[in-house]
Amino acid sequence: MTWDQFQRLAFEGGWITVQVFVGAALFGTALSLWFGVMSLAPSRTLRIISRVYVETARGVSAIILLFWVAFALPIFLGFQVISPMVSGIIALGTSMGGYGAELVRGGIGSIPKGQTEASVSLSLTFTQRLRYVILPQAVITILPPFGNLNIEVLKGTALVSLIALSDITFEAQKLRNSRIVLLEQGLTAPTTAMIFSTTILIYLAMSQIVALLFRRLEFRLGGRWHKVKV
Amino acid sequence: MTYVMAQAAVETKWDWEVAWEFLPIIAEGLWVTVRATLVGTIIGMILGLILAVLRRSPRWYIRLPTIAVIEFVRSTPLLIQLFFIFFVLPGFGVTLSPFVSLSLGLGIHYGCYTSESYRAGIESVGRGQWDAAVAINLSTATMWTSVILPQAIPTVIPALGNYLVAMLKDAPLGSAISVVGVLAAAKGLASLTFRVTEAFTLVGILFLAVSIPAAIFVRYLERRYGFDRT
Repeated sequence: MTWDQFQRLAFEGGWITVQVFVGAALFGTALSLWFGVMSLAPSRTLRIISRVYVETARGVSAIILLFWVAFALPIFLGFQVISPMVSGIIALGTSMGGYGAELVRGGIGSIPKGQTEASVSLSLTFTQRLRYVILPQAVITILPPFGNLNIEVLKGTALVSLIALSDITFEAQKLRNSRIVLLEQGLTAPTTAMIFSTTILIYLAMSQIVALLFRRLEFRLGGRWHKVKV
Repeated sequence: MTYVMAQAAVETKWDWEVAWEFLPIIAEGLWVTVRATLVGTIIGMILGLILAVLRRSPRWYIRLPTIAVIEFVRSTPLLIQLFFIFFVLPGFGVTLSPFVSLSLGLGIHYGCYTSESYRAGIESVGRGQWDAAVAINLSTATMWTSVILPQAIPTVIPALGNYLVAMLKDAPLGSAISVVGVLAAAKGLASLTFRVTEAFTLVGILFLAVSIPAAIFVRYLERRYGFDRT
């Protein structure tokens, strides 16, 4: 494999993958917090809405959701088309939010009620209570499985290649499909095995980096050195 | 191709007649997808147990490669693994049909996840059991089959159920390696009739109709079989 081909695979494709990953992770985290907190609301309606979201987001696989967002949603909303990158971010983020919301719910639920009561007696508003008392304590519990969830999202970004977004997987496919042309022109045409082996190693490296980042984050937030199970 | 298709299809909203016509075709595709999941589950459950036992081997030349394989498969996207089986293996003389490739890919991928669940179950069996088995001179095989596994497996069942549901949601990936499952049906219908909304929304709904009962079943399993061993 030439350096040029590798560079296109790892860096150009990788850049798209990173963008989708970061976008989906941020969106997913926001949804997780939002619906996680909503599932513990006093209002029964809110709790039901949250439950519907969680069951739907977890029940529909990311790939089905991805295709639906990319092709069916534009028509429902009246757009001509939703860009593959945005579709990917929305779909993966929504799917992640379903699982993340359960983690947030569990994490917050593990905080002793006394904390809530003390905050109320100190006249903290709901938002202040969440931001300064509850969430900082919940984060330690939530973080290890949340890290795993993020790595799942990273692996999920490979799906956007199926809606023709030029991520690592799509670049690998392009390279594979161009083999005939390359061979005709007498240029270096890496074998299919080589292409996918390289691709898989790139993803492996990225997973390990993300896992490492989460481990450091846990450490800095005061947790022990949990082994983040990939 | 699919990207261009989205731009051309500016159809009106929902047409119930079209949805009704699509239903049997998509249901047929769903059945293929479900079958692949079931085969994958069987492979995964068996492989997971084998990997879990190997991982506990006292011989480093068995244990370390097993750990490496498990972590490798868990750190990389299922899609790439499917591509590997379907596109790379033929180069080494092993050509498998799309369905078999999908089932095998699902089985191997989730086998590595289930192996960790098996491991947790095995490790939860009290130390005394191992010592007692040695003390009454049971062979390794008898110790495993008559003492350890019967105590380890029940706790693992809910986790296996969860992975079955997860596998069901990943099975549509087969469309990327030409499995004529639910996603291929939807894409085919959409490109044939340009009715993207009905096609992909129906897929989502049918999918939920299968995965939510499955999730409820898993929760039942958790109640029935899960118990804490202090």
